[in-house]
Amino acid sequence: MADPRHPATVRLTHWIATLCFFALLLSGMEIVISHPRFYWGEDGNSLTPPLFKIPIPASRSTVPTGYNYTLPDQNGWSRYLHFQAAWLAVFIGLVYALYGLFTRHFRNRLLPDFSWQAISTSIGNHLRFKPEPSEDYNAVQRLSYLFVIFILSPLVVWTGLAMSPAFVSAFPLTVITLGGQQSARTIHFFVTILFVLFLLVHLVMIFLTGFRNRMRAMITGRTKEHV
Amino acid sequence: MNRRQWLTAGISTAAGAASLTVAARIANKYGLIPPDHGGIYGPGEALTYASQRLLTRHSLAREFSRSQISKTPFPNGEPPPLEAYQRLQANKFAGWRLAVDGMVARPASFSLDELKAYPPASQITHLACEEGWSFVAEWIGVPLHHILNAAGILPQAKYIVYFSIQPEWWDSIDMADALHPQTFLAYGMNGGALPPGHGGPLRMRVPRHLGYKSVKYITRLTVTDSLKSFGKGLGSAAPEAGYSWYAGI
Repeated sequence: MADPRHPATVRLTHWIATLCFFALLLSGMEIVISHPRFYWGEDGNSLTPPLFKIPIPASRSTVPTGYNYTLPDQNGWSRYLHFQAAWLAVFIGLVYALYGLFTRHFRNRLLPDFSWQAISTSIGNHLRFKPEPSEDYNAVQRLSYLFVIFILSPLVVWTGLAMSPAFVSAFPLTVITLGGQQSARTIHFFVTILFVLFLLVHLVMIFLTGFRNRMRAMITGRTKEHV
Repeated sequence: MNRRQWLTAGISTAAGAASLTVAARIANKYGLIPPDHGGIYGPGEALTYASQRLLTRHSLAREFSRSQISKTPFPNGEPPPLEAYQRLQANKFAGWRLAVDGMVARPASFSLDELKAYPPASQITHLACEEGWSFVAEWIGVPLHHILNAAGILPQAKYIVYFSIQPEWWDSIDMADALHPQTFLAYGMNGGALPPGHGGPLRMRVPRHLGYKSVKYITRLTVTDSLKSFGKGLGSAAPEAGYSWYAGI
């Protein structure tokens, strides 16, 4: 069995990523409030029928929301914070990815046993709320982490950049392949929903498996057994 | 930590600090530092501006086909309720003037007809608001660099500051954007005159930026080598209202 302790690089990048996550989520929600309508394709605005809309008031009076009041505009600092946090998240993500590749952290700790037996056992354990026998990450956990690290994270950066008019002027395929700027914005929103779902399950699992112990493991690197 | 680890940590911190100082100096030399680089969001802002400037100095905004022009271009606001504007509008904007001053060899003032005497250019580009909505439209106008060449910008020019008839709206762009072939003084839209709701008779059109950089009702351009003496010195009205000066993202 591999050493169950979290390496220092993983702990450090985990908490910086956590900080970025909440900064991005909060500022992203503020930005969405200025126009809580979503479209598909290149263009869409208050005069266009939306693909769907979030039933909340907006921070701009020009958006037809059905509410007769507007929320305070928070987009200025939200946009500054969103991009600053995105830069930090990308840097820390690269540090983590290089670390994971070169130390074989991904291969040893995150790559699951892809046999149907191992995966179905792990799913069965989850459905019965049965603790996993090992200190190692189980198969479902590994697949979730890999999905977040290698699918959701690159996708959220890509769809974010595909909304930048200057970035797509240099790399037009990044937005064309997504079907347009408004499609990129809509996908960005759904990727965020998946991130939030991951966070909720992640938190539930931490509470179910012992909050104090899991927090200690991610802060000091030690679990109870090592004290 | 043992002595070797302390030493390594000390040397890497010093090397990190030194390379940051050098990077900042090089960035400043090549004009990669935005005017609103101060404050807690300065690092992110400087990274975004510097990296996009390096990647996109000559890139062209995407152009669309005529069939992709939006049926519902959203005007985002009413024409200014200013007496000066309404008086000009009553006279079909015949008295509208665009003044060009600052670091130019020949300060000048143009009527709309004089601007239209330049060979008209058009582009079908996407206008996206920082709020998230957008539309595609055809913009007709004169590329800004024609007007700057006519006035003869001096070699030390670094920014073009532009002012609206609405005193609360003014902005600026660097020379990469000012000389960019798609940066227009737009007086037409979708085959007709630029409607007042969209900034008529004259708006700036900077398609590699979000919409708020395409300021409406332009009356004056000033060529300068420093933004310090304009407003609070942050480059435009946007940072004074909490928004970033650079709007390429």
